[in-house]
Amino acid sequence: MSVLLEMRAITKEFPGVKALDRVSLSVEDGEIHALVGENGAGKSTLMKVLSGVYPHGSYSGDIVYDGQVKAFRGIVDSEAEGIIIIHQELALVPLLSIAENIFLGNERSTRGIIDWRETNRRAGELLARVGLKEHPEALVDSLGLGKQQLVEIAKALSKNVRLLILDEPTSSLNETDSQKLLDLLLEFKARGITSILISHKLNEISRVADTITVIRDGAAVSKLDCRQGISEDRIIRDMVGRSLDDRYPARDPKIRPETAMEVRNWCVTHPLHSDRQVVRDVSFHVKKGEVVGIAGLMGAGRTELAMSLFGRSYGQNITGTAEINGHKVDLSSVRKAINAGLAYATEDRKTYGLVLDDTIRRNVPLADLEGVASGLVVDRAKEAAVANRYRDRLNIKSSSIEQETVNLSGGNQQKVVLSKWLFADPDVLILDEPTRGIDVGAKFEIYTVIRDLAATGKAIIVISSELPELLGITDRLYVMNEGRFVGEMPTAEASQEKIMATIIRSGDRT
Amino acid sequence: MTQTTTNPENAELPAVPVKSAGAFLRGHMREYGILFALIAIMAFFQVATGGILLKPVNLTNLILQNSYIIIMAIGMLLVIVAGHIDLSVGSVMGFVGALAAVMIVNWDIPYFIAALLCLVAGGIIGMAQGFWVAYFRIPSFIVTLAGMLVFKGLTLWLLAGQSVGPFPKQFQLISSGFIPDLLGGEELNLFSLLIGVLVATAILVLAIRNRSEAGKSGSVEEPFSFFAARNGLIFIALIYMSYLMADFRGLPNVFIVMALLIAIYSFVTSRTTIGRRVYAIGGNEKAAMLSGIDSQKLTFLTFANMGVLAALAGLVFAARLNTATPKAGAGFELDVIAAVFIGGASMSGGVGTVVGAVIGAFIMGVMNNGMSILGIGIDWQQCIKGLVLLAAVIFDVMNKKKG
Repeated sequence: MSVLLEMRAITKEFPGVKALDRVSLSVEDGEIHALVGENGAGKSTLMKVLSGVYPHGSYSGDIVYDGQVKAFRGIVDSEAEGIIIIHQELALVPLLSIAENIFLGNERSTRGIIDWRETNRRAGELLARVGLKEHPEALVDSLGLGKQQLVEIAKALSKNVRLLILDEPTSSLNETDSQKLLDLLLEFKARGITSILISHKLNEISRVADTITVIRDGAAVSKLDCRQGISEDRIIRDMVGRSLDDRYPARDPKIRPETAMEVRNWCVTHPLHSDRQVVRDVSFHVKKGEVVGIAGLMGAGRTELAMSLFGRSYGQNITGTAEINGHKVDLSSVRKAINAGLAYATEDRKTYGLVLDDTIRRNVPLADLEGVASGLVVDRAKEAAVANRYRDRLNIKSSSIEQETVNLSGGNQQKVVLSKWLFADPDVLILDEPTRGIDVGAKFEIYTVIRDLAATGKAIIVISSELPELLGITDRLYVMNEGRFVGEMPTAEASQEKIMATIIRSGDRT
Repeated sequence: MTQTTTNPENAELPAVPVKSAGAFLRGHMREYGILFALIAIMAFFQVATGGILLKPVNLTNLILQNSYIIIMAIGMLLVIVAGHIDLSVGSVMGFVGALAAVMIVNWDIPYFIAALLCLVAGGIIGMAQGFWVAYFRIPSFIVTLAGMLVFKGLTLWLLAGQSVGPFPKQFQLISSGFIPDLLGGEELNLFSLLIGVLVATAILVLAIRNRSEAGKSGSVEEPFSFFAARNGLIFIALIYMSYLMADFRGLPNVFIVMALLIAIYSFVTSRTTIGRRVYAIGGNEKAAMLSGIDSQKLTFLTFANMGVLAALAGLVFAARLNTATPKAGAGFELDVIAAVFIGGASMSGGVGTVVGAVIGAFIMGVMNNGMSILGIGIDWQQCIKGLVLLAAVIFDVMNKKKG
């Protein structure tokens, strides 16, 4: 079989991070090629390089497509060659019809005037090809997620697709819709359309894929041929096969017998779709001085769990009970949650964590302004003293506390967010992806802060998609998948393989 | 020798803060830019009008003419900092003026009680609008656009399409009165001059105290030369202005009201927890809410406050014209909003100062006044004011991109 696409030694750097390091990928004409790896391994970045989202020149290495070296300057260029990418977050306009969405930016028109009859007729044909029986004039809004996914594929077909890239297409689909989608991929294969499938669901991959490329830490680590049969264990091993070195501070946990926080039967429904339960009957506890990790894939419901606990900042129809230090607490508003002794440091520090245009001095006391005020008046000397204290303690690299947080590096921004919550002095601190997108040195500093906090008797819950991190800094782990806690283990007995296997087996069950 | 306590982070602290004057100026063009602009515009018109601009009569007039815009700009600043807008202030102002006229002139309610009721009415109007913005998340643009139409209509209804006036003498004094000279100066209103000097001194003392406080915590950024120049300028300008006004009839009553409002709101916005929280919700509402800040309540309160200030402006305006007309306040919301943006506030919220908004209002006021003296028609006045607003905001945006 001939090779349709070859990506040679692709290297892509972001400021301070090497996202891809000499990755090579070779896809044969007419195959289904699976791309697997942990969150942040570089799969999506690689596909963005391929589709021109990162234009030629912003990376090094060659893309050879159909026998020629290509230099895509944007999505328009790659689409012209028949390379179509369907992102995890669907790019449909909800209040336009199916037909309008399919031909968005590619309208059936003569001299700017849209031929609606032709549009709807062609859309009808494409819908038939993907097995969707909806009327082309129906609004996309009225379709379920599975059908919307199919509309995306119909849209790809309208552009004469040769290489179809699907980024986690089944992550939000139910079993039947997933099966339908996979069948469709096999049907396309029979018609000669090549696909690249990014997925975490190994059972799906082994069902449809011909070849698997495993990416880890920005490098392609192995290429496996599925046609000869391959075990899931082998794939998992390649995905996580990292050794734990001394990237984590040594610790000597002093877990106290008292329970700091206990949550029972916590259920949360999606804020817009009242039929979608995002957190299902979750119960957990954390002791004083303990660091507990919550492992899981993106979309498992971990952030939703944390934010719903923290003053109902996410979701609706929240049920369940929470106790802090043995007393039932009312967490119905953020203020009440903070007063009850809970804090939540967000995974998205720019959107939810910082007032970016404000200085370090003004950000640090934000969650407890009374702490630096006498009456209603902010005591600026006290405020500056507090900001300076945390700047020193967490080693926030900045010209002074008057520096605006927008100009700090990611790691130092994260330290400002942490400072804010340390100053609020909670009993239980939830850290959501505390080291996302920051460099190794800053990570180590943040791990040290976490360790020291636990040593003073604070209870800490760490949500992270980086398994080695969880294994390196926690005492006990919960594994979450599809809104449920599907496993619990002492960190000493946990391994990346064991966690991955827990996640994947629980996914197979549904 | 003292290796025991020297922390490497602290050791470098004193060296960092005070930057060179040039670097500091580049970083703070926004704050100084409008002050320079006001001075430049005043200088230009002072020369172009042959010295009429700063004549005592004209200066007094300038302040009276712009008092209601400035009063509303203070409230609007809070609304815009919180990330919203209020298009209804002109109509609310007109409505409250009409309400005052009907109460005082037609119903013979004592002017003092009527004025109080008007302020309460303004507060209720602000709350009614803020309620929808804060608790139902209806865009403020829509809510206040509706308010603008509603109160324009209610003004017409209340006045039955007629002008109502005149007001009793005491009521007119809100706008046309001057503080009496308790020191019995002959040519000069000495008491006014004394107040001017006292206020200027107080501002200077406060500034020096703040700087020394900031110095203790190692967070002084402004080079001393700038600090001295800026505060010296303000000190001299205030004393000169009060001298000029003392030379005419003394400080107008409205001026005292304005000065008090500016002082109070400057303090509230920059020094209190409430002020800090309003900036935080405007800067990043999600982060503020996740820090336990009740953004709904604060948004509600900023609109209520806006309503009260619009009502106060309505009283001042009605007292100045000595009559309430159905057209009063029409289009004033645009002048108010323009003043706030010229003063350096950001459309997306979280940025802006009370003093900036006041300076912005003065820039507009001086241009109105100066161009009128020069005999430039209302047609070109509008054009030029529009272009100045655009230029000010472009300057802000470019400056932000650079920094």
